[in-house]
Amino acid sequence: MLSRTADHLFWMSRYIERAENLARLLDVTWQMSLVPQSLEAANQNWNAVIALNSLEEEFAARYPAVNAENVLRFMVSDAGNQVSIQSCLRLARENAHAVRGTVTSEMWETMNATWLEARDKSFEQIFNAGIGEFFEWVKMRSSLSRGVTIGTLLQDEAFHFIRLGTLLERADNTARILDVKFHVLRPHGDEGATDFYQWGALLRSVSAFEVYRKVYRDVITPERVAELLILRMDMPRSLHFCMNGVLKNLNLIANRQSGETQRQAGLLHAQLHYARVEEILEHGLHEWLTDFMDGIYLLGDGISKDFLVPMAAAA
Amino acid sequence: MNFYNEMIDANGGVRAHYRAYDEWLKATPPERIARKRAEADLAFHRVGITFAVYGEEEGKERLIPFDIIPRVIPAAEWKAMQSGLRQRVKALNMFLHDVYHDQEILKAGKIPAEQVLNNTQYRPVMQGVDLPGQIYAHITGVDIVRAGAGEFYVLEDNLRVPSGVSYMLEDRKMMMRLFPELFARHKVAPVQHYPDLLLEKLRAVSPKGIGNPTVVVLTPGAYNSAYFEHTFLAQQMGVELVEGRDLFVKDEVVYMRTTQGPQRVDVIYRRIDDDFMDPLIFRADSSLGVPGIIRAYQAGNVTLANAIGTGVADDKSIYPYVPDMIRFYLGEEPKLNNVPTYMCRKPDELKYVLDHLAELVVKEVHGAGGYGMLVGPAASKAEIERFRQLLIAKPDGYIAQPTLALSNCPTFVDEGIAPRHLDLRPFVLSSGECVNMVPGGLTRVALTAGSLVVNSSQGGGTKDTWILED
Repeated sequence: MLSRTADHLFWMSRYIERAENLARLLDVTWQMSLVPQSLEAANQNWNAVIALNSLEEEFAARYPAVNAENVLRFMVSDAGNQVSIQSCLRLARENAHAVRGTVTSEMWETMNATWLEARDKSFEQIFNAGIGEFFEWVKMRSSLSRGVTIGTLLQDEAFHFIRLGTLLERADNTARILDVKFHVLRPHGDEGATDFYQWGALLRSVSAFEVYRKVYRDVITPERVAELLILRMDMPRSLHFCMNGVLKNLNLIANRQSGETQRQAGLLHAQLHYARVEEILEHGLHEWLTDFMDGIYLLGDGISKDFLVPMAAAA
Repeated sequence: MNFYNEMIDANGGVRAHYRAYDEWLKATPPERIARKRAEADLAFHRVGITFAVYGEEEGKERLIPFDIIPRVIPAAEWKAMQSGLRQRVKALNMFLHDVYHDQEILKAGKIPAEQVLNNTQYRPVMQGVDLPGQIYAHITGVDIVRAGAGEFYVLEDNLRVPSGVSYMLEDRKMMMRLFPELFARHKVAPVQHYPDLLLEKLRAVSPKGIGNPTVVVLTPGAYNSAYFEHTFLAQQMGVELVEGRDLFVKDEVVYMRTTQGPQRVDVIYRRIDDDFMDPLIFRADSSLGVPGIIRAYQAGNVTLANAIGTGVADDKSIYPYVPDMIRFYLGEEPKLNNVPTYMCRKPDELKYVLDHLAELVVKEVHGAGGYGMLVGPAASKAEIERFRQLLIAKPDGYIAQPTLALSNCPTFVDEGIAPRHLDLRPFVLSSGECVNMVPGGLTRVALTAGSLVVNSSQGGGTKDTWILED
């Protein structure tokens, strides 16, 4: 497969996954902001969304203050923000457009239709219609893209690059959402009902609320939330699950120069496979997640160098 | 002017080959037709069968309007046309081989040598280069119109990177999807095997000694107006769609960059103009091409389809000589008509043209796509004067032809069904001795009342083309 084709497939799936995770993050933040709390606490949550995506400067340059409406506008439909949901959907579609001959026509039509629909929605329309509805729509379109990929695409190299992009992006996003929410939630300690709603919202944002109930059949505790989202191998948005898939797909596309990247992926995977949540928390969750996200970044870089960036003429 | 109507004869009766369709159309409720037309629009949009329009907002994509009334040609007419196309394309390929080798036709004085050798489309790098099967134009899109009392004329031979074949295929797919019952009533010759035929031709012209050639389609990229077609053909043939940056040349061999390392490329169906193919030889500022590819080509290590330098044979200043080429190389009389052409570089012909501008069509010698032309009868006085100045300033840049009374065909427009002018572009495929084509081609229709310009860039639409077997 052409390196450029693989690059487009990889980023197509990353952008659509990123749009979904952004919708999840914004949705949970929006829901948390509806729980009675001080304005200061609420704005702290919105601030965290900006910080999580390292967009402090871009945001400050375009908006006078951090508040719900400004952050939502910036992250949902600001075309000037390269990682707003609308930008992600546009970039997913542009990447799909460049490889429309490689993906199935159903996949291309799904990506194209998603973008055409998103393009026509102004922020006011989205907000007035109920922003939660829009987040649901983004999640459904992402699910549809994934479903149509799994349901129609030959499981060849193209498929592996798409899965690699999806799972790498998801691992990064779950780690981020966990990091920022833990950071915001932890200092308050046990404050009863509020915390329950906050943790509940976090779990819901990664479709893990029912899963938590099923697995633990007990009250929600931060330790278990961390365990579920980091170490559960069978939880589709956990770091362990994602790294399992990354490693598997990476091994399927291996080439002569990808040994080091495979080793890195194996290392990250082993850390999750053999870790215990007590050790992670003892080490400090924030530090541990930061290390993990660095690892993910390096892995993405390695994949790019080994497969995606046009290789030099040396055969 | 009287126009030949493809569907209705001079006495107002429906022509035999349109009778079944006409009955169907009359029996079908208008609401159903309207619904189907809307369905076609929606489907073309959703599938993204669009083209980019130059000069409009960057990256803007537009649908080419599709008309549901087919253009029907009886098999006997097609058979005659096909035989004329074979003859013509064969002669054009022989001419190109001759020009880039011994130049017999120039020595024989059939075509003024300076017309060929001073032409900007003549590529000295091709002199003496031997090509597989001596084929230069592997894919030719010949534009044919019907005029006068119904006879066919060749308007131009497109030997560089003719486009439109994907619309021919998508139009058929759409017609079959919308109106399957029509195909049960008519014996319409199939066209869907075009990509297979193309792949077969491309494989047949691979460099010597290559058993199982790697074929690719080379595109300028996603912002090209015909990008849809490039992806479509690559997908239909099951070959890679590459951009210049995906290829590189090492030791006069072309490779593509893949996830498994470099892979050799043998045949390139290129949809990039000569000028942009190799910055080392042609335009140095081009980033669309591949540095060193012309050296690899000259060394015979890769086949380009179409060949470099074919433009010297489809240039409008060479067009008037095509009948002479047919006589010279094949010893036959041309089967297809050429449009009488005034060459403005000849002073007496220029004088005639200047005196009759309001009746003539004036075309730029190197122009294409319906840009930079004057349709005398439809032009304003100011436009005519502007062209007069252009002609006087640069006579060898223009030719002129009588305004043909292009045939028309009933077409759906805002006001209902009305006659609109059309042309036909069959796609002729060549490799070695064999010249093949699928029956019919792309019918383009000018949607503006009275307009004679059918190019999609000028607001033209398309129709499905039916060669009706008896």
